[in-house]
Amino acid sequence: MATAPIIDPKGPIILAERNLMFSATAIMMIVILPAFLMTALFIWRYRGTNRKARYTPDLAYFWPVEVVVWGVPAAIILWLGIHLWHNTYELDPYNAINPSVKPLRVDVIAQDWKWLFIYPEQDIAVVNELVFPAGRPLSLKITSDTVMNSFMIQALGGQIFAMAGMQTRLHLLADEPGKFWGRNVQYSGAGFSDQQFRAIATTNEDFDAWVEKVRGAEEKLDTATYEKLLKPSQKVPVTYYSDYELNLFDTIIAKYAHNDADLTPSSETAEPAQ
Amino acid sequence: MEILGRFTIDSLPFYSVIAASGAGVTVLGGLLVVGVITWFGAWRYVWTEWLTSLDHKKIGIMYIMVALVMLLRGFVDAAMMRSQQAIAFNSDGYLPPSHFDQIFSSHGTIMIFFMAMPFMAGLINLIMPQQIGSRDVAFPFMNSISLWITTAGAGLVLISLVIGRFSTAGWTGYPPYSGVEFTPGVGVDYWIWAVLISGIGSTMSGINFVATIVKCRAPGMYMFRLPLFTWTVFVTAALMIFAFPALTVACTMLMLDRTLDMHFFTNGMGGNMMNYINIFWLWGHPEVYILVLPAFGVFSEVVAIFSQKRLFAYLSLVFATMAIAFLSFTVWLHHFFTMGSSAKVNSFFGTMTSIIAVPTGVKVFDWLMTMFRGRIIFKPPMLYMLGFLVLFVIGGLSGVLLALPPVDYVVHNTTFLVAHFHNVIIPGVVFGYLAGYMMWFPKAFGFKLNEKWGAWSFWCWTIGFILAFMPLYVLGFLGMPRRMEHYEIAAWQPHLIVAAVGAFIIFLGIVCMAIQLIVSLRDREELVDMTGDPWNGRSLEWATSSPAAPYNFAVIPDVKGLDAFWQMKAEGIAYKQPDHYEDITLPRNSSLGLMIGVLGGVFGFAMIWWIWWLAILSMGVIAVLIIIRACDDHTNFVMPASEVKAIEDAWFAKIAKAPRNEMEDDPGFAGFPAPEGTA
Ligand code: HEM
Ligand SMILES: [Cu+2]
Ligand SMILES: [Cu+2]
Repeated sequence: MATAPIIDPKGPIILAERNLMFSATAIMMIVILPAFLMTALFIWRYRGTNRKARYTPDLAYFWPVEVVVWGVPAAIILWLGIHLWHNTYELDPYNAINPSVKPLRVDVIAQDWKWLFIYPEQDIAVVNELVFPAGRPLSLKITSDTVMNSFMIQALGGQIFAMAGMQTRLHLLADEPGKFWGRNVQYSGAGFSDQQFRAIATTNEDFDAWVEKVRGAEEKLDTATYEKLLKPSQKVPVTYYSDYELNLFDTIIAKYAHNDADLTPSSETAEPAQ
Repeated sequence: MEILGRFTIDSLPFYSVIAASGAGVTVLGGLLVVGVITWFGAWRYVWTEWLTSLDHKKIGIMYIMVALVMLLRGFVDAAMMRSQQAIAFNSDGYLPPSHFDQIFSSHGTIMIFFMAMPFMAGLINLIMPQQIGSRDVAFPFMNSISLWITTAGAGLVLISLVIGRFSTAGWTGYPPYSGVEFTPGVGVDYWIWAVLISGIGSTMSGINFVATIVKCRAPGMYMFRLPLFTWTVFVTAALMIFAFPALTVACTMLMLDRTLDMHFFTNGMGGNMMNYINIFWLWGHPEVYILVLPAFGVFSEVVAIFSQKRLFAYLSLVFATMAIAFLSFTVWLHHFFTMGSSAKVNSFFGTMTSIIAVPTGVKVFDWLMTMFRGRIIFKPPMLYMLGFLVLFVIGGLSGVLLALPPVDYVVHNTTFLVAHFHNVIIPGVVFGYLAGYMMWFPKAFGFKLNEKWGAWSFWCWTIGFILAFMPLYVLGFLGMPRRMEHYEIAAWQPHLIVAAVGAFIIFLGIVCMAIQLIVSLRDREELVDMTGDPWNGRSLEWATSSPAAPYNFAVIPDVKGLDAFWQMKAEGIAYKQPDHYEDITLPRNSSLGLMIGVLGGVFGFAMIWWIWWLAILSMGVIAVLIIIRACDDHTNFVMPASEVKAIEDAWFAKIAKAPRNEMEDDPGFAGFPAPEGTA
């Protein structure tokens, strides 16, 4: 559960993110290594007691040095800037991964101090467990029914804030079945440390079986149950709801929504909060 | 109990042993200071020579004393967090969340606002006027107000330990969590008022420094002859003027939300917390450059003096400073790439952020080129400079990585971020200020600091830093969020234990500094700086006596180029006593600055506890005091020429007695500036 995703990426998004990090680190070595080498060399060679080294106390300018010193970092940053621009568009968390495959839609609600996952297509809801088929993109709509949170499954990539009255998006994909660790990473109060959930990528069959299991749950997430769930609580065990109140996600956003037109929630096409 | 606002007996820290002992230490510390001053019967001396002084050098020293005290307090917080996290694997450790959360909030707040900022203001006050050949800052009285209201802010944070609680909302105080709905107590209000009050002090300091550099330079000290430290001060002060109002606005709006039930940043009722985050970082990003640029300035002075060589590429360094300052207003969004902005917005701010790496890289190489073909002497300030060079580059690397939005998505809000900002703040800011402290100490007190203990402090800080923060990069990759009170992941614990060991070694570094101070006080006769120029310095602050006379320069120097004092020495016109002196006008002491500071603190306290009558009263008295000051036509006094002569004669007698310059003892010493082209 705690291997570093940069060593062992579990999906294409985190793989791309980590590759960007590696190549940026590598290109920056062009200036960093010389800086280290020069420091070591100069400390040794120009130590005051070394009377053999040349001493030019008035050397204060030499234009070729200035050209290199401004030029090389600028060139590196140009290279980096182009990659940054390209990758930021490519890896925008709002982008659908592989549009030809129909993603699994899950609506995510942050509460004090737990996560509620709603599966609109399966008509089920779950607390603190996110199960999805490996190989199929996961399309998340995220909001908060409390303070600002940040949703992250580091093994798969990216994080995004969850904010009341607003909806953010995140798209993830797991290559293989596996168990990952997800949590809130934006401090949110006393129960923050335990605000975590299991993210489980399964085979398609296992996923269907799991959905069936949840559908068989006793409890349904009606308004009263939701209100009870919303009360701050810690270390909440995984809970299954076989049904949920219609439009629950939109209702929660509407509770806080601003009046500006482009911040109104709901509908597939809703734009990012900004 | 209305008269005490919302204060009740439960506000006292008897809810936990740890909180109560923290309060006890704070109260005892205060009593100890009072006791010592009383024991030595020194109240009159403290009052007339220090508390009411408008001398920029004394104000500077008091600023640094505040900073060092707050460094201790901030460090205690850090040590508590480090030990908690070292043991809190599958256990609650010894700090409950309600307490742990106050600690990371107070640690961050104290270190930024009440350690780094006062340290910076102190060094600037002490040195900058002397570097430009001035007798004072432009507005000495305002300077005293700045000092005392900054201290009042620090006082509020300390008081929160004894009466009530501190914020749990982190040093950034993000709403909606910091709103009344989620944090109803006094904690966030303590944070808001401490920050608001000291922020006003910082804005005034910024105005003061800019005015001083623009208006008070000695004849011939053109802008492009300013020593690099003064240049960075100029740019930093401009940043302070432009950036701090944003913080004041953000905190004021948050305060209105909390106190008057407004809805700027609340979840519902049309509030929008994203606005707070935006405005906060509009200040917050420039703030990191406000802190680090003067440190760059110190390093520029240190590297030239201790490489015994002219600073390489002065103009480049000045322009790089300006470029950094300008760019620093165009990058604030990198603090919330993960808020769901479009790729267009994120890539713009990401690119601007990485562009800042260019002028910063230029600086690093120009400093290295200053060492090239120099004769490096490894005194403690130079050790800190070298430690900075190596470590800061790593911090820069992680900074550029965080500027890449896709990478930021993975490590934002993790300990990778914590490692990054400590990696730039400790080697950058703290090492810079400590180098300045050790280099300029003789200028403040007339004797040098012990070099052996200085070197030990450097090694402890450096090794401690590496152990305390490099593991945090790894932990970030292992997904550890910042601000975790306990955890269930076994793989984290070894790294956290190493980090705790590192913090302990940093503690030894602080102990070494304390020993250095004590040992140097004991040996002050031996370490005395007779000439005022203990390091064979280059800029004008070394032309004054150590400590400098109240007027700094009996005769305002005539500046003929860069490295003004070096040039004077080279031309043999340094240390020439003029045949006559003139009367000098100096600011008279005033207790009003101190009183305004105390009343500002009282006002903040009253607002925090909703003691409205006291708030109105203290504001009213402040207004009266300002009117009194405005009507006072006798704010200056004239020091007669005869007295100036007496002081100068004594100094020249001392110079004559000084056997030789202190630096000559060093085997690496390369000689004094000789008339006409040394080589
Ligand atoms: C002296 C050694 C220091 C140690 C051992 C240390 C340690 C820590 C630790 C353990 C945290 C909490 C990390 C977390 O959230 O998980 C922290 C946070 C922080 N530190 Fe330090 N620190 C030190 C010095 C400094 C300095 C010099 C500054 C600034 C001038 C600073 C500024 C901050 C800030 C702003 C935070 C964030 C607080 C927050 O989460 O709201 N620290 N530090
Ligand atoms: Cu938003
Ligand atoms: Cu920033």
